[in-house]
Amino acid sequence: MPLVLSDFSLSPEQVEFRDTLRRFFETHAPIGETRRVMASGEGMSAELWKNAGAELGLAGLAIDEAQGGQGFGLKELAIALSEAGRALAPMPLFASAALAGRVVANVVGAGDRAAWLAPLAGGQIATLAWLEAGGVSSSERIRLAAKPAGATHRLSGEKRLVLDGGQAERIFVVARGGGEGGGDGLGLFAVDVGTPGLAIERQEAFDVTRPLACIRFDEVEARAVGRPGEDGAAIARGLEEATVLLCAEIVGGMQRVLETAVDYGNARYQFGRPIGSFQAIKHKCADMLIDFEGGRTAVEAALAAADDDDPERGLLASVAKAHCGPAYVRMAIESMQIQGGVGYTWEYDAHLFYRRAQSCALLLGTASEHHDRIARVLAAERGQASGCGRRGGEGR
Amino acid sequence: MRRRADTPEEAAFRTEARTWLEANAERKTGVGDWSAGPRAHTVEAEDEYWEKMKAWQRRKFDGGWAAITWPRAFGGRGGTPVQAIIFAEELAGFDVSSGFIDAAVGLIGPALIRFGTPEQRARFLPPMLRGDEIWCQLFSEPEAGSDLAAVRTRGVVDGDDLVLNGQKVWTTSAQYADWGFIVCRTDPDVPKHDGISFAMVDMRQPGVEVRPLVTMKGDRHFNEVFFKDVRTPLANVVNGLNRGWPVTTFVLMNEGASIGTTSHGRFRIADLVGEAVENGRFEDAVVRERLGAGYVEERVLELLQARLKGAILDGRRPDVDGSVLKVFSAESGHRKAELATWLQGAAGMLAGHDAPMDGRWQESLLSRGATTVGGGTVEVHRNGLGERALGLPKEPRLDRNQPFKALRISGQ
Repeated sequence: MPLVLSDFSLSPEQVEFRDTLRRFFETHAPIGETRRVMASGEGMSAELWKNAGAELGLAGLAIDEAQGGQGFGLKELAIALSEAGRALAPMPLFASAALAGRVVANVVGAGDRAAWLAPLAGGQIATLAWLEAGGVSSSERIRLAAKPAGATHRLSGEKRLVLDGGQAERIFVVARGGGEGGGDGLGLFAVDVGTPGLAIERQEAFDVTRPLACIRFDEVEARAVGRPGEDGAAIARGLEEATVLLCAEIVGGMQRVLETAVDYGNARYQFGRPIGSFQAIKHKCADMLIDFEGGRTAVEAALAAADDDDPERGLLASVAKAHCGPAYVRMAIESMQIQGGVGYTWEYDAHLFYRRAQSCALLLGTASEHHDRIARVLAAERGQASGCGRRGGEGR
Repeated sequence: MRRRADTPEEAAFRTEARTWLEANAERKTGVGDWSAGPRAHTVEAEDEYWEKMKAWQRRKFDGGWAAITWPRAFGGRGGTPVQAIIFAEELAGFDVSSGFIDAAVGLIGPALIRFGTPEQRARFLPPMLRGDEIWCQLFSEPEAGSDLAAVRTRGVVDGDDLVLNGQKVWTTSAQYADWGFIVCRTDPDVPKHDGISFAMVDMRQPGVEVRPLVTMKGDRHFNEVFFKDVRTPLANVVNGLNRGWPVTTFVLMNEGASIGTTSHGRFRIADLVGEAVENGRFEDAVVRERLGAGYVEERVLELLQARLKGAILDGRRPDVDGSVLKVFSAESGHRKAELATWLQGAAGMLAGHDAPMDGRWQESLLSRGATTVGGGTVEVHRNGLGERALGLPKEPRLDRNQPFKALRISGQ
């Protein structure tokens, strides 16, 4: 008997959308397809992306209709990511629609939206290159340099941990410099794959279902998306939205590992009874449910705040990520543990979800980074901020 | 997730509630509010607290605000759950409390409305709601804790009466109670759930002996209660002889759910942040990390509670299991108190007025059992989540298909 969880917070249309996507992924992205892509080294299923990203329109869900998108809010994109996360679908939906998509949308603002967003809506595979050596997600660590060169810019330096960087057709790069010298010093630039001086190299990823790449830039020609030297705040806002969307992806995975644990607890007999009747297993499952309910409730609040431009949106994004990251890891581990010996075989899927969970927990701010940020926001709210309490809104 | 705006009707109701409250109660000041609880763990202080609660309950009843959703016939307002939430929101700012009176009303009241006879409802509900008759819940026994259906207190039919003999324990406020609702064994020769009756009994009669139990925190709100040949008319049995278990589980479900929806109230992470900033510890990254982590739990709990409330406001069935809130609230509440005393460092060794913040966090540490055991242990609630919410199989049981009297009990 499949576990039925409530359609918390979804409108009837959203429930229908969710059900349609679930059926789609069950048909077109069964776990066998994820494993085939893993083994092939292709990095993604081109067929799946063509069907889901372009034809179903998932790539442009949160992009305005004027730019060829579907014109929905973050909620619908969150539903799609949740279903993709549940399926470990081998396609760059998070990198392209959430990471690149949200950062570009925020940086371009009222600028030339058609130039940058229309290709994304049309299914162009994009990603965001922002992390550098060390992997610390703080804007101060960004060194990759942009220099003006006529109407364009030249980028030099190295980016690491670029999600789906090996598959992307366009790379949006966070770089320092290239402006007038005022502002925060950061800018967002676009580089098309194939531009001379660009070297993309696959990095071995712990999450074998989501490739990472290291990208070297040697005087690579790039176009500015926003205002070089002044894009920091918009980039931070885009990353904040991407963080909430990553949490939505996490919630999809959480539900899947919980369902797997419960199914296994019902089906597996030892000592003449289903193991799910033992409290040792039952209480693990109960704790997983508590983690899951907390997670989806936090994500719901963060999504609503982001869509409404609520003053608490940053705080709620951090609450969601700080809860969801470790909670998904706990749940993936317990689900694997409940599945016993087979749970840690290569053949069973438990490790794939564990790998995804572990990576999600580290991406876009660890729980500790968000805890620190939350504490600073609370201190600032009390108007008692000490010297270190005034930097709550900085980029990651 | 945020509270939606009031409809015009709701706004009018809110104004009406606020106007009445302004006229009948004082606003909280945060310092020396009587509603925060007895000022000391002494009999005198607790008696005084009770008198204030009873007076407030009476005032609320006379104004028609004691039970928003109950039918008018029973002394309620005949209102909607949304109105009950609005009244509670307005009430929160005032220095008033109905404490355990409200809790008892919330437990036995709905059970009588659901299972009682018209005569029982007419006799008991109005004085209960007005606070003229104080109630206690006579459920747990020394041999019946998480396994409540193992109650051994005997109820024997004698003429038109039920005669009670046995012992109850953890009975909150029995020393103030005029009436109790009791779960007793009326047939030991059938399997345990089939021989239980639920009755109402006058606590102010010979044969009822109440002995206070002092909790580890030092307060004395619960008791042992002994029954020796105590009589109650058969007319006070609810839902018929030997059919008390459904009534009991109905009450238990209400109890667990209400504990999970109680907020951590005046125990806020924001206060700890303020303290840490003032004493300089906020500069320490480890302190900020732990404060942030504490806030995540506090906020996630509030969001879960808001979700439950939102379902009621929208007229939907609650879509999160009450036990999720109960377990998370109880355990995160204790972790928060641990965090607070950790932040105090060695000063956290103090208690009472000598401790930081008047020792509220030390008291919170020692209140642990009230939430992790009271209203069902967190372990029992986890069983419920596994079985009810997730559909996992029940534990095989040894106590189903044999007479109650044949079951083994502790120490035998």
